[in-house]
Amino acid sequence: MGTPRLRSPLVTTTLNSPTRRPLSKARTGIAGFDDVTGGGLPQGRPTLVCGYAGCGKTLFAMEFLVRGATQFGETGVFVSFEESESDLVENVTSIGFDLTGLIEENLIRLDQITINRADMSEAGEYDLEAVFIRIGHAIDSIGARRIVLDTLETLFGGFTNEGILRSELQRLFRWLKDRGITAVITAERGGGSLTRQGLEEYVSDCVILLDHRVIDQVSTRRMRIVKYRGSLHGTNEYPFLIDVDGITVMPLSASCLDYGTSSERVSTGVKGLDAMMGGQGLYRGSSVLLSGTAGTGKTSLAAHFALASSAAEKCVYFAFQESPSQIIRNMRSIGLDLTPRLNSGRLEIVSARPSHYGLEMHLSTMLKKIDSFSPQSIVLDPLSSFVSAGSVSDAKAMVVRLVDTLKSRGITAYFTSVTLGGVALEATDMEISSLMDTWLFVKQDESNGERNRLLYVLKSRGMNHSNQVREFLITEEGIQLREVYRGPHGVLTGTARVALENRERAEAALHLEESLREKSLVEVRRKMIEAQIAALSAELLACEVESDRRGKSIEQSRAQDVEARESRARSRGYVLNGDQK
Amino acid sequence: MSDDTRIGIDLVERAAEDNNVETPYVLELFVTGSTPRSIRAISNLKALCQEYLHGRYVLHVVDLYQQPELAKHNELVAAPTLIKRLPEPIRRVIGDMSDTAEVLAGLNIATA
Repeated sequence: MGTPRLRSPLVTTTLNSPTRRPLSKARTGIAGFDDVTGGGLPQGRPTLVCGYAGCGKTLFAMEFLVRGATQFGETGVFVSFEESESDLVENVTSIGFDLTGLIEENLIRLDQITINRADMSEAGEYDLEAVFIRIGHAIDSIGARRIVLDTLETLFGGFTNEGILRSELQRLFRWLKDRGITAVITAERGGGSLTRQGLEEYVSDCVILLDHRVIDQVSTRRMRIVKYRGSLHGTNEYPFLIDVDGITVMPLSASCLDYGTSSERVSTGVKGLDAMMGGQGLYRGSSVLLSGTAGTGKTSLAAHFALASSAAEKCVYFAFQESPSQIIRNMRSIGLDLTPRLNSGRLEIVSARPSHYGLEMHLSTMLKKIDSFSPQSIVLDPLSSFVSAGSVSDAKAMVVRLVDTLKSRGITAYFTSVTLGGVALEATDMEISSLMDTWLFVKQDESNGERNRLLYVLKSRGMNHSNQVREFLITEEGIQLREVYRGPHGVLTGTARVALENRERAEAALHLEESLREKSLVEVRRKMIEAQIAALSAELLACEVESDRRGKSIEQSRAQDVEARESRARSRGYVLNGDQK
Repeated sequence: MSDDTRIGIDLVERAAEDNNVETPYVLELFVTGSTPRSIRAISNLKALCQEYLHGRYVLHVVDLYQQPELAKHNELVAAPTLIKRLPEPIRRVIGDMSDTAEVLAGLNIATA
């Protein structure tokens, strides 16, 4: 992947020679092409552009001229050996080039060279000097720096003497080189070689191969730089597309992973989900993949994100399954009103059918939208539908390019992906998951005759994320994550959870009742005991009073006795004992 | 080399006062400067015309270097190119006209 950074020894030697001068390049202005070639086509040299019919050779050549004239101040001559001048003008007008205007301003000149073999015979030696004169005249008339020879090989059909033709072509290329004209020569592919007539032998400075493949009814255009003498170039096959802006070549991916990262966080739009990701949500500029089987609530989750990220910033929602109005209606049913955001211009929903055109066109359309709208975040729902517009590997390559672009611009991306039921869930998205910073998984758990939605964070780079599987509900107020509930047999969801909760509630009530009853029983006993205590203490008091009374009467009687005895003794006239004072 | 083969001048050889001419042949020969091939073409053609079309042809020789716009105008590819304007149909013969049979066939001239 990417451009080779090392120079081959051969190139180094050449470049180190005393006469070394950096190869000057003529910019084509074709989007992406100048990046791939490190500046464009070799200046003042011929370049061969070959490919099968309908691969875009003529358009490539024409765009090279038109952009040269309009953007780089280099006038150009288009020599057509096939199409008539009026056809050419008409064809390129359809892709937005005003050829007539450029011709009137003397910035571009068209010349059609046709050979009618039917009214021509050969008698002796000849050369193609007339072609040289015509081309030279056209070049001189507008001071052209660029030239296109569109399907030069047509000449081979016009002459019987191939030897003359070959030596004349060789002379033509040398002549163009001597004049310092940057030339693009187109040629049709044939057989096993690059061109039918082996033109690559003559044009050896730069050879570009265009290809137009149809795989599963979806067409994809590709470009490869077969050869670029004296220059480094990307060797990959680069997809390209043709639309109203001409040709766009798309490098497969940025050659290096050097984009800046942000530690700023953005909300997923679902409170509970933010909490699961370190409590703060996603990193700005990260890519999130949300996988799940059909009907698990992916679009709803994505809509939450879109709503949250369009609150203060801008967001584009690329929908590949539903129309904007359908999304708006469906989201309204779960309490998400996207209309105010759409009206405020901070949210845009772009819908397209995945199979409508090829992956490159999708990618380019999306990038153009991102360029013009400059959102801080995007939603792509669902990513998996791209597989239907191409093969899995093509889709993956496209996602790589998309993710690269988004990351380099710091755009937070939220992708959804439909996984197939039955297949090992995580395996389906293995192809693209490695590109993603965060991978969320939603699934439906089927038990007790019902399906319940579960969500978990499979991975999330650079943050402490929850390992829990959480049940979530899609309510009229949006998505709500429920608290984790772990029963004796793992996490419980749905009615099982409700049942267990109910049972536990009943048990608790019973418990309370019992404890209450016990409490009152104790109270009763306490009261009884207290009553007993009261009765006993009353009894005790009574006893004490009685004994007191008795004691007193004993004392009294004893005192009376003592007194009686004393009086008796007194009467007898003696003191009874010593302690008597 | 006679005056007739000089380059850069339209050589016009008028048909003589022959009255037995059906249709005059109007021929245009486009050459590129005074290259040996150009000169060969002119002399070959002149000799051929003298022999087969004596007195009933008009020949213009055009040097494309001096009138390059004529190359496009006449949709020329090869040089030398001979164009037979009249009689219809228009025919083209390319080459140095060394192959007399081919030239005659190309011009529809019967060699009786």
